[in-house]
Amino acid sequence: MRVPLSWIRDFAPVEGDVATLAGTLDDLGLVVEGVRRVGEGLERVVVARVEEIAAIAGADRIRAGVVDAGDGPVEVVCGAWNFAVGDLVPLAPVGAVLPGGFEIGRRKMKGVVSNGMLCSPRELELSEDHEGILVLGGAGTPAPGTPLMAALGLEPDVVFDVAVETNRPDAACVAGVARDLAAACKVPFGLPEAPEPPAGPVPVTELTTVVVADDDLCPRFVARVLTGVTVGESPAWVQRRLTLAGMRPVNSVVDASNYVMLELGQPTHPYDLDRVGGGGLRVRAARPGERVVTLDGKERVLGARSIGAGDDLRDCLICDATDTAIGIAGIMGGASTEISAGTRRVLLEAAYFSPMAVARTSKRLALRTEASARFERGCDPEGIDRSVRRLVELLAGVEVAAGQIDVRGPVPGPRPVAVRTARVNALLGTALSEAEIAGLLEPIGFAVRPSAGGVLDVTVPTFRPDTEREVDVIEEVARHHGYSRIARRTPRPAQVGEIDAYQRERRQVRDVLAGLGADEAWTASLLAPGDHERAGWPADGIRVANPLVPDQSVLRMSILPGMLAALAANAGRRQGEVRLFEVGHVFPPPEKARVDRALAAHQEWVVDEREMAAVALRAPGDDAMAASGAWYALADAMGITGVEVVADAEAAPAPAAGAGLHPARRGWLVHEEVQFGVVGEVDPDVLESFGLDPGAQRVGWLELDLGLLLGTAPRRSELAEAASRFPSSDLDLAFVVAEEVPAAAVRATLAAAGGGLLERVRLFDVYRGPGLPPGTRSLAFRLRFCALDHTLEEAELHELRARCVAAVGAAHGAELRG
Amino acid sequence: MTGADRHASDAFDPAGTVARARQAAADAGSLEALGELRGVLLGKRGELVRAQRALGGVAPEERRRLGEQINSARAEVEEVLAARQGQLRAEERARRLAEERLDLTEVVDVPRRGRVHVVERTRRQLEDVFVGMGFAVVEGPEVEDDWHNFEALNMPIAHPARGMWDTLYLELGPPESVVLRTHTSPVQIRLMQRERPPVYAVMPGRCYRRDTPDARHIPIFHQIEGLVVDKGISFSDLAGTIETFTGAYFGTDIHSRLRPSFFPFTEPSAEYEITCTICRGAGCRTCSQTGWIELGGCGMVDPAVFAAVGVDPEEWTGFAFGFGIDRCAQMRHQLPDMRVLLENDVRVLEQL
Repeated sequence: MRVPLSWIRDFAPVEGDVATLAGTLDDLGLVVEGVRRVGEGLERVVVARVEEIAAIAGADRIRAGVVDAGDGPVEVVCGAWNFAVGDLVPLAPVGAVLPGGFEIGRRKMKGVVSNGMLCSPRELELSEDHEGILVLGGAGTPAPGTPLMAALGLEPDVVFDVAVETNRPDAACVAGVARDLAAACKVPFGLPEAPEPPAGPVPVTELTTVVVADDDLCPRFVARVLTGVTVGESPAWVQRRLTLAGMRPVNSVVDASNYVMLELGQPTHPYDLDRVGGGGLRVRAARPGERVVTLDGKERVLGARSIGAGDDLRDCLICDATDTAIGIAGIMGGASTEISAGTRRVLLEAAYFSPMAVARTSKRLALRTEASARFERGCDPEGIDRSVRRLVELLAGVEVAAGQIDVRGPVPGPRPVAVRTARVNALLGTALSEAEIAGLLEPIGFAVRPSAGGVLDVTVPTFRPDTEREVDVIEEVARHHGYSRIARRTPRPAQVGEIDAYQRERRQVRDVLAGLGADEAWTASLLAPGDHERAGWPADGIRVANPLVPDQSVLRMSILPGMLAALAANAGRRQGEVRLFEVGHVFPPPEKARVDRALAAHQEWVVDEREMAAVALRAPGDDAMAASGAWYALADAMGITGVEVVADAEAAPAPAAGAGLHPARRGWLVHEEVQFGVVGEVDPDVLESFGLDPGAQRVGWLELDLGLLLGTAPRRSELAEAASRFPSSDLDLAFVVAEEVPAAAVRATLAAAGGGLLERVRLFDVYRGPGLPPGTRSLAFRLRFCALDHTLEEAELHELRARCVAAVGAAHGAELRG
Repeated sequence: MTGADRHASDAFDPAGTVARARQAAADAGSLEALGELRGVLLGKRGELVRAQRALGGVAPEERRRLGEQINSARAEVEEVLAARQGQLRAEERARRLAEERLDLTEVVDVPRRGRVHVVERTRRQLEDVFVGMGFAVVEGPEVEDDWHNFEALNMPIAHPARGMWDTLYLELGPPESVVLRTHTSPVQIRLMQRERPPVYAVMPGRCYRRDTPDARHIPIFHQIEGLVVDKGISFSDLAGTIETFTGAYFGTDIHSRLRPSFFPFTEPSAEYEITCTICRGAGCRTCSQTGWIELGGCGMVDPAVFAAVGVDPEEWTGFAFGFGIDRCAQMRHQLPDMRVLLENDVRVLEQL
């Protein structure tokens, strides 16, 4: 909200430099987002009389003129045509710097020298008008040479751009800002009383009627009738203030309404009484589907769409006396009764509408206006009379019908709140006395009366709907005491700070994956429709009801699609050799029963979100085997044992698991029928659908359910095992093994057969080729044996060897390679 | 001198033998040549051996003296050879090692460790600061029900304050009943549903808003919130905690200040600003010459929030605060545009 300092000073004589005032507003929570100085740059602009106008040869858009600014003729060139000889116009002489920093220089156009510039209102930042030069009244007044600001009765001004929080409707107007600022600056604040206009000959009740059918939607409705109205331009000072506040002057009636809203916070609505059917108003809830054409020319459908639980669909309508809708209460008036140049009689509405009703309707219609923003936050129901009188005062000379119609329903009044001094100090960490608290509250309109037992009886004014409870009053105390004056203390909790085991291990997982040469990525959790299908998933995930862009409208069920997009984006920037990993949530679509349960009981998570760790390997030579190696390295680092890579599709319980992976190069990470993740290589077709060339480089893929893995997978014992001091012996055994038998199975058989003396077993060579039966390969293992209490003897080793060979033969039908 | 003496002297000249040996050793250019020389000087045909052999013919009284001369000459020759051998060995080692010279900057394909994401590292640093202050780290779901994200936080349906967050709703349940959480505050609610006070916890995590991305805002972002609930907690504790955290994370020359603001779930509420980390408070373009930049929001937990989770606000008081993790990373690393964080360009990931 733009607030001119001169306007603030109508209500409070605040002094001090602009930066200090801005700082004070900041400290009140009325954050100043910008400060604009206006009128600076107009000091050198003077009033000049047009003496001559002449065409310039060869120019049809500009003319030459001679003006007199009090000290002799000045030749200027001008592109505007709206002035004549004898008119008084503003002249910016050579050397003047206009608002916005435009410096006037001596210029030559079509051979004619221009020694200054005649200015439009916009160039002077007086209004938005740029139709032509500003022409000042009739000939002779003011005298040429008079400074323009003096001629217009204006002073340089400062405009604060204040961000008003939604809980402060009282501060959404100039007077409200002035009230807060005056209290902080310790200067008096006063709202001048506008006089009750002289009563016209006809009582208002003879000119119009008002019926409020639903007073819960409209607790108060005031109507007055203005007669003998001439719709014209507002006085210059009104136009200037509206302009400074960011509103466009329209006509005298609309301007007065806007002016009052900006000054006092009360929206009003003027109707052309002669266009109101039946000459009266009816306020009621709209019937579902009822329609009205608003001022902006759009047809609005009311009561038609629920915005959530608790919405009763009752939109408040203003109808004419024949019950035809002519406006949406508190939001926007209708086109049919709009004020026009020919309006002679104005029916003026000033009401207090239910904030929640306006909020719901505004949201339902997706229609926010200056008025609705104020009504939904809560206007002052007792400020209406003052606002109406002020509006009439602004329309100087208008006749007003005697009296006003005032329909009152359940209007919120001043609220009593008991405030405990001890509670104030306990919550703020202060040591304020009752008198100090009263001294902070009274200047902002709160009545404070000490009661027994350290309790203050505080009466909250009607313009502070935000302040209902003791704690709300305490906030006002804190605000006016000053947050910066509250001493600082750091609490010392009795508990030990910590991250839990899962969080600690999750950090470790990231470090391990980074150690494998992968950079951590952060791909979007929201995908485009069809991304899952492109990545080989059977269906799309949970959809966003109101996506900002369609590309971000589906919640991911796997990190794969986002990661492939990241690989493709890098490849597109000539960074094809990339390894990436990510840790993040995925969102399997929940069953309806689960959603219902979560929404009813507010306990369970709505979606069984899983935190996954995924690795994509696309460096030269990377493939499924590299991904599998990454898994084994990670498992080893985390001490996970017994989770095996299983290729058998039947071992995979989750239907979508393994989607998008190369069917012959994938495996599931399984322990006792629990599936922890998938490993393998991305299907070449999937790569292609993401714009990655499968011929250029294979992509290894590993995706783990991290929560499940770290929470439930079996781990190596933490207990120390003794290392033998006796020499160990190595045994190399190469088996010819059928392709269907996993190396891990042979390894497991060897580990079991080797027993307690087997220190470790390692697959060190795989051979396929001549010399082996078809459908087999040779797997060479190195077994290291060692005893804790003696050096192994030849006979023992011989026995161990025989046992291992026999076990592999029995379990896998594999023989030693000859 | 006798004639016999003279004869013996003519036959063996110890000084000359040693001098010749010294010269020959110096001339030997390699260990191999030196080995040959040793054979010549000390071998059967060498002067010393010949002189030794000739001793038999020398008069007994001379023999002893001459023998001593021969022995000492031999010892001297051996010393000369050993010295030369040491010298040649050192030279040869030096030559051999020089030949093995490596340019250690010729490394081909430096093994690369990947980087943990800058946002994650920032999160760790922030978590660690709060852990040091006695806080636990608590997490929750990214998909939330309306109750946790809004209603329990003192924002009933159609509450105007909901407009402060541009919310993404999901097609689950009745319209607008399930959201992508707009802040990590619902985790506070879940924590208080689960555990009784005292509570000292921070809640980091990913949040979503229906925002058009710009240099300082991205629709998917990370936030960390803190919640303290205990007996006797006041606004003083809030201000002190913010100041302690600010100094610990940004450096002791960075301070904090609180200004009145509005959040439905806190009362009183505050915006908190810290000394501009670019100009250290002197005033620059980033802080619009004010020396301060906005970091986040905070305040005393509103009694309505306590009521939603069944905590007695007369017995317990508390405060909450929150700010953007990505924003901290942006400030610390002076990222001009937050949107690069969503691009996953490895050139960015590798350097940050």
